[in-house]
Amino acid sequence: MKRVYVNEKWCLGCHLCEYNCAFANSGESSMVKALRKKAIRPNIVVEQDGDVNFAVSCRHCRDPICVKSCISGALSLKDGVATIDHDKCVGCLTCVLVCPYGCIREGENGAVQKCQLCLDNTVGEPACVKGCPNRAIVFEER
Amino acid sequence: MKNYVIIGNGAAAVGAVEGIRSVDAEGSITVISAENRHVYARPLISYLLEGKTDLKRMLYRPEDFYSKNGVRVIFGKKAEKIDPAEKTVTVEGGEKIRYDSLCAATGSSPFTPPTEGLDTVEKRCCFMTLDDAERLEKFLDPSANVLIIGAGLIGLKCAEGIIGRCAEITVCDLAPRVLSSILDFDCAKIMQNKLEKMGIKFLLDDTAVKFEGGKALMKSGKTVDFDVLVTAVGVRPNVSLIKEAGGEVGRGIAVDEKMRTTLEDIYAAGDCTESTDITSGQKKVMAIMPLAYIQGHCAGVNMAGGDERIDNALPMNSIGFGGLHCMSAGSPDGELFEEKNETSIKRLFVKNGLLTGFMLIGNCDRAGIYTSLIRNKTPLDSVDFELLKKAPALAAFGREYRGEKLGGAV
Repeated sequence: MKRVYVNEKWCLGCHLCEYNCAFANSGESSMVKALRKKAIRPNIVVEQDGDVNFAVSCRHCRDPICVKSCISGALSLKDGVATIDHDKCVGCLTCVLVCPYGCIREGENGAVQKCQLCLDNTVGEPACVKGCPNRAIVFEER
Repeated sequence: MKNYVIIGNGAAAVGAVEGIRSVDAEGSITVISAENRHVYARPLISYLLEGKTDLKRMLYRPEDFYSKNGVRVIFGKKAEKIDPAEKTVTVEGGEKIRYDSLCAATGSSPFTPPTEGLDTVEKRCCFMTLDDAERLEKFLDPSANVLIIGAGLIGLKCAEGIIGRCAEITVCDLAPRVLSSILDFDCAKIMQNKLEKMGIKFLLDDTAVKFEGGKALMKSGKTVDFDVLVTAVGVRPNVSLIKEAGGEVGRGIAVDEKMRTTLEDIYAAGDCTESTDITSGQKKVMAIMPLAYIQGHCAGVNMAGGDERIDNALPMNSIGFGGLHCMSAGSPDGELFEEKNETSIKRLFVKNGLLTGFMLIGNCDRAGIYTSLIRNKTPLDSVDFELLKKAPALAAFGREYRGEKLGGAV
């Protein structure tokens, strides 16, 4: 299946992926409305340490420990995509405790949030990839 | 065609079903469920009482789970006996079910120490099952004073769940701190302060020694007036079926890394088992839901002829009260690195060059990166531990690791 992959050599550390992610998942039609004067909570995060920059988002592991560990049954694997059911999630954060990549975070509505490859919003393909100016993030089969 | 039988209908049983089906699409699977309910998420019963979930949303698997996986479920009946020579399980009512491969996913039961006058308390319940939660709900009204015995995960989640639905809650525990199984004193104090601010009263280092006419006489000599009593002292693994069948049992059912018991073609998984905590090397009952599922899955794969092993189990917990989260994993043993302020704390424990445990309260972001360091026994000299002390980050792992994990399918 197609996943989001990162090539840190090409990452500029511009954080555009974070903004595009937050906008894509905001439900708003205008980026200004979605992001202005707000602390964004994207599902992709750029790490910076010295001259190293790279973006990290859910790996959609083949055998995801978050899904196996979910105590409510809110996380499941749907056609290879580790998917969160926000209605079922009670925000216990067990998935945050087990994800080895730190890619699930507390959401604003009591449930956790994570990358679902933009399949659950109107963009339909990963907005982080679409907006990356240097092709440091790609969406492909590997 | 193989006959698989699973005793139990919780997370470990679901793991076993999914494990079996990942290898064998054909074999017949029978689940024996003492509870007359579709599999649900037991830890969510407190959220149910709090109004944060409902019976439909708290199902652990969708309603078509059994039919999709071709599982026959015997609801509302207990397994009474395993005959390992005959390879049968006898179910309440007399039905004998033949198995080729069996999994005991029998869970645990609440343990309440005998106390004088306990039987005279009418409004009394445990807090393990949906039946318990429904029973407790009937006792609740805005004038009810509730006494909860046990300040562990179950007792405190219960308190949080009902705080808005009764007059007053007092929680007592023989231990001198709350959440004593997962937190040390300082961390427990922060959580206790939070719970007290929510209106919950505590009597620690204390427990009820006698119940009489709506009063609990405490070990300390104090008395507590109460209308409703919740007993949440602890749980014990349900080992009797395996024990009576001649299987080795310690505190829990003894299993190897393929989740095999000492009896041929009999596996066990979940809260009824004991296994080795890699951070202490000790055999223990680690009654945690993620491990129950993972063990069940492992058992299922092996029952169906596949090969799966678990050699990296560790105790861990994530729990929150009133929006304040705490997490812990591994053993609080070794050299301590700490960061703290009034409402948040981070404690990392390092021994022999490995992260052996941590406790986090408040900021728990990306804690799984710490957990994976413990689980994988990553030598800390192979990562930038100074960076990790500040916050969990993949930047600490070096280019090669990131290339593999972020640049390839994992």
